Amino acid sequence: MPRIVITPDRCKGCELCVDACPQQILGMGRKINSKGYFYAEVVEQMRCIGCRLCCITCPDTAIEMRVNGTMYHYFSY
Amino acid sequence: MAKKLMKGSEAIGEAAVQAGCRLFFGYPITPQNEIPEYMSLRLPQVGGCFVQAESEVAASNMLYGAAGTGERVMTSSSSPGISLMSEAASYLAGAELPVVIVNIVRAGPGLGGILPSQGDYFQATRGMGHGDFRLLVLAPWSVQEAADLVQDAFDLADFYRNPVMVLGDGLIGQMMEPVEFSSDRQPIKELQPKTWAATGCPGDRPTNIINSLFLDPEELERHNWKLKAKYDAMTRDEIRSASYAADDDYDVLIVAYGTVARVCSTAIDELRERGVRVAMVRPITLFPYPYQAIRDAALRASSVLVVELSTGQMIEDVRLALEGARPIHFHSRVGGMLVTPDEVIEKVECILAGGAAEVSHG
Amino acid sequence: MAETVFSRPGALAPVITHYCPGCTHGIIHRLIAEVIDELGIRERTVGIAPVGCAVLAYNYFTVDFQEASHGRAPAVATGIKRARPDLIVFTYQGDGDLASIGMAEIVHCANRGEKVTVVFVNNAIYGMTGGQMAPTTMPGQIATTCPLGRDVEQAGHPIRIAELLSTLRTPSFVARAAVHTPLYAVNAKEMLRRAFRYQVAGTCFSMVEVLSTCPTNWGVPPVEANRWLAQNMMPFYPLGVFKTPDGADRAPTPGAGD
Repeated sequence: MPRIVITPDRCKGCELCVDACPQQILGMGRKINSKGYFYAEVVEQMRCIGCRLCCITCPDTAIEMRVNGTMYHYFSY
Repeated sequence: MAKKLMKGSEAIGEAAVQAGCRLFFGYPITPQNEIPEYMSLRLPQVGGCFVQAESEVAASNMLYGAAGTGERVMTSSSSPGISLMSEAASYLAGAELPVVIVNIVRAGPGLGGILPSQGDYFQATRGMGHGDFRLLVLAPWSVQEAADLVQDAFDLADFYRNPVMVLGDGLIGQMMEPVEFSSDRQPIKELQPKTWAATGCPGDRPTNIINSLFLDPEELERHNWKLKAKYDAMTRDEIRSASYAADDDYDVLIVAYGTVARVCSTAIDELRERGVRVAMVRPITLFPYPYQAIRDAALRASSVLVVELSTGQMIEDVRLALEGARPIHFHSRVGGMLVTPDEVIEKVECILAGGAAEVSHG
Repeated sequence: MAETVFSRPGALAPVITHYCPGCTHGIIHRLIAEVIDELGIRERTVGIAPVGCAVLAYNYFTVDFQEASHGRAPAVATGIKRARPDLIVFTYQGDGDLASIGMAEIVHCANRGEKVTVVFVNNAIYGMTGGQMAPTTMPGQIATTCPLGRDVEQAGHPIRIAELLSTLRTPSFVARAAVHTPLYAVNAKEMLRRAFRYQVAGTCFSMVEVLSTCPTNWGVPPVEANRWLAQNMMPFYPLGVFKTPDGADRAPTPGAGD
């Protein structure tokens, strides 16, 4: 089951990941990080398909992808 | 090694090779073309690399990059080209990079002329770029001394991690004189390995960054004073000057550097034969300037004559040295015209006859 | 135990960058760092960061760096590569740096065939100094020095560096990519991989122009900035491989020819 982990303090609230997620499961939270940005949060972790588009488009490497069990790569990166 | 008849420019090139320089970045400009020409032939012979850049701006930045890897590097140019290198000189000093810059001075300002001049004195000693920094400046008066000073320049640059300029003029560049390179020359300074060089970061040592950017003012202030300490150390340890016919008493002291000093030495010989008491002090380092040596020598004379190929630049340092202690006279030719021994003789006799107007502080 | 399949590459420093939210510099930095890790060259790579938003890149990579004066990175790269041909040398330059003050340096570095890699970030504006017009600013695009929009009568048309360099006879690899969507970012990484591979193999000069956004100075939120890039810059700056060392004709970007 793929799972993404967002490091709140690395996020600058640019929303690129929210726009990039094909499952539309990312959103901007209401909590503020140490820099004063609203940081991104996973709304529905269950529907994450592990495509990593959010990780790829994040300018600040604030999103990591964790997986246990098999992982299907949709494209070479 | 035996003496060899060499043109100044070629001797300068060979001196760099002898000092272990294997990288030269240059651009054509009269009257120093023979230096890049020589290096383009010679460096490949010793496994080195010559690059003709698209401009002196590019050449001086290639110099920066290569110096950043810890290699010994040199460039040469002439007045207008040196002006294009002034931004890089400031970055080189700011990033504490050791390089040797040879300036074969030609007449200016602007496109000026291609004949010898000493009109870059201010530029070399004060105005070689923005910010608080200095170049160590060496001024040879012969082809042999040019070769020696270029080799010293590499040691001084490495020791102080600062650009060093060898300031010649068209005469030095074009003259042919016998030159001798010693086969077992030892570095004139205690040199450390260049652990600061940016050569790829093995393991987890912190990365080496060649940089002159300090956005934090406190950090930049510390950096400025660190550079100043280097210049103070140069002033304390690296001043060089030579005197000529100063063992006997003298009434007039001539102050001149570079090839002009050689012209004056001929004049002094002739004057001495006629019983005229004249001597000379010749600065070899233009920064750090030999203020004390000139003051001590001047106090033994009744007046001082400054001779230079400019409308009066080094004379200001002589004024600083004397602080009014002695009257200062001035003789110069500019535009590429050369001072002749006869002119110097005539000027000295005029001073002694009391006819020469002292140079006002205007 | 969960396995991490996507995380910060080793060549990227574990620091938070100063770049503005949504600025695609961050993506390009990561792509380069990933390529450096993949090729295993971190310990012999030296980067050059000239003046621009990305001058502080030397804090964001775990490789040795040299800071260069504005526009002179290709010359500094030449000096490093000539001094130490064994090092992998890359410059990271903005459009003001490369296409304006540094135009002579990039053209001659490419023409001499220096075996270095140039990463040219084209965001059609001067970022660090606050949004002035750049040589790559689009016609009609507003910037602080063309407040009524770039007037091509006064300032001429934007310069296409990839096309310009591809006319040089000296063999080289020249490509243009973009990072405004993940798909294009993946393609951009492939272009960067090729560029660095050509250098590792000692084949030729390589340059990748990467279309990039500047939300702050464009005055547009990051997501919209990506759209603006697609609508306004992509038509004028076609993506693709413009030159390969074997001199083959221009090959369009694989699979992205929408």
